[in-house]
Amino acid sequence: MTATTVPPATTTEAAPVRRTARPIPTTRLVKVELRKMFNTRSGFWMLISIGVLSVIATGAVIIFAPDSAVTYESFATAIGFPMSVILPMIAILAVTSEWSQRSGLTTFTLVPRRGRVIGAKAIATVLVGLGSMAVAVAVGAVGNLAGSALAGVDTVWDVSLSTAPQIVLGNLVGMAIGFTLGVVLRASAAAITGYFVVSLVLPGILELLALVREWFLDLQPWIDWNYTQVELFEGATNTGEEWAMLGSTTMIWIVLPLVGGLLSLRRSEVK
Amino acid sequence: MITVESLTRRYAGVTAVDNVSFTAQPGRVTGFLGPNGAGKSTTMRVMVGLTAPTSGSATINAERFADLPNPGLEVGVLLDASAQHAGRTGREILTIAADTMGLPRTRVDEMLEIVSLTPTEAKRRVRNYSLGMRQRLGIATALLGDPQVLILDEPANGLDPAGIRWMRDLLTGFASHGGTVLLSSHLLHEIEVIADDLVVIGNGKIVAAGSKEELLAAAGTLARSTSPRDLAYALEQAGIPSTLAGDGSVRTDADPARVGAVALTAGIALTELRSAEGAGLEDMFLSLTADTQREGVAA
Repeated sequence: MTATTVPPATTTEAAPVRRTARPIPTTRLVKVELRKMFNTRSGFWMLISIGVLSVIATGAVIIFAPDSAVTYESFATAIGFPMSVILPMIAILAVTSEWSQRSGLTTFTLVPRRGRVIGAKAIATVLVGLGSMAVAVAVGAVGNLAGSALAGVDTVWDVSLSTAPQIVLGNLVGMAIGFTLGVVLRASAAAITGYFVVSLVLPGILELLALVREWFLDLQPWIDWNYTQVELFEGATNTGEEWAMLGSTTMIWIVLPLVGGLLSLRRSEVK
Repeated sequence: MITVESLTRRYAGVTAVDNVSFTAQPGRVTGFLGPNGAGKSTTMRVMVGLTAPTSGSATINAERFADLPNPGLEVGVLLDASAQHAGRTGREILTIAADTMGLPRTRVDEMLEIVSLTPTEAKRRVRNYSLGMRQRLGIATALLGDPQVLILDEPANGLDPAGIRWMRDLLTGFASHGGTVLLSSHLLHEIEVIADDLVVIGNGKIVAAGSKEELLAAAGTLARSTSPRDLAYALEQAGIPSTLAGDGSVRTDADPARVGAVALTAGIALTELRSAEGAGLEDMFLSLTADTQREGVAA
């Protein structure tokens, strides 16, 4: 038989003392976001694939390129292609995994100022981009030395110091587009699909439009972000007008959607 | 202390939380009850800033959650144990949380030990965790920053009996050290054992709130004797309506003291006399939320 249940006594042994917590510094948030980019299985392999693909691309140039093409530019181009695809994916997943994997529930509870988290992610993304490109530059340089030695030709360093920053900027533009899609769509599958639409389908459509409508021909460089990105990759953004074109496409495809996406992200429910 | 004031959250055409006000006091465990879709989770999500209220407010120690400088050190939150990156290991998830709060990494090992996740389990990816293991990991995350307030949505869900017992001891211990605990659960027995205060919500509105004793006192008395019929008759004579249950117990709305007095006067030996808590909470819950139950249980 049960006796009368005595409710557990609720003695307050210590009055709750308010500790004065210090705000979380941004550097710490950036470190945490960097760690989060690579401590998942997909993130880890994404990072590994940059290194592996750089080496494979370098090997391919050494094996298949004719001797005359064993130049640093060939290596840079071969490595640059997989990089320009993977880096935006890393940028996308850095943002969307919080929603697709629902880890945002914890992230935004620990840091309720969501703008700060997104800002830290942006900084981490840029750092990863710069780091990956540093690796690519190094792998390409080793490849160029080894390739020219194997082929018995002079080592050719034909990527000028003025072109290199443009290539880096071009990759950062690609990452920024991916990041923006992530912020706006907040779903991995949608953002990745979206990235391929705006980077593969859209240029074709704009190209076609420029062909059939003459008035659009002059307008295209101001609207088509792929056009301005390719200019960067080729180191061909030199005049003030070309930089203005880059500014225009950046405004249309990155700044405006990013601002809109951030405003909605800060208010939206994290499910 | 958690204070919810006139909290309302509307979705397109649906009012999920409707003018809800209550407090969860320090040193006490507050149970948050309600049928599916009653607005429990939405209320808890508003408390931690994941959902914006349409009107009203929720504060922790008089501050909005979003204004806390490092919320993890003040409020431990577990809303959904499955909401974790499936490709991360348990240890990594705790490491990230510890890093965010600025805690030493040794805290991660301490927490793993407290929630009884072995080092091997901690190295596995959350994808391969059972619900109970995810729940333990979620509790570890909530306790990591040594907070004074805990907000837990269905924490006992998926735990084995030993785990439920452990959780119960943990939360009562937490409250006895002056902490504030707000927990929702469908496991009425769990809530009954652990909660000091109850808040019952139905269709987004508070239908009852108060200390467990107060609320359950209203649920009446259960008495047993060797001759239940005589007891029921004696009660009837004393003007106390009662019902004779199939298991030989007698239930009435009167308080236990009165039932005891009647039995004494009638010379009936009682074998059991207590507040009808066991069925009481369930009965109370079902009758309070009868209008909102999907199954349309009669009060």
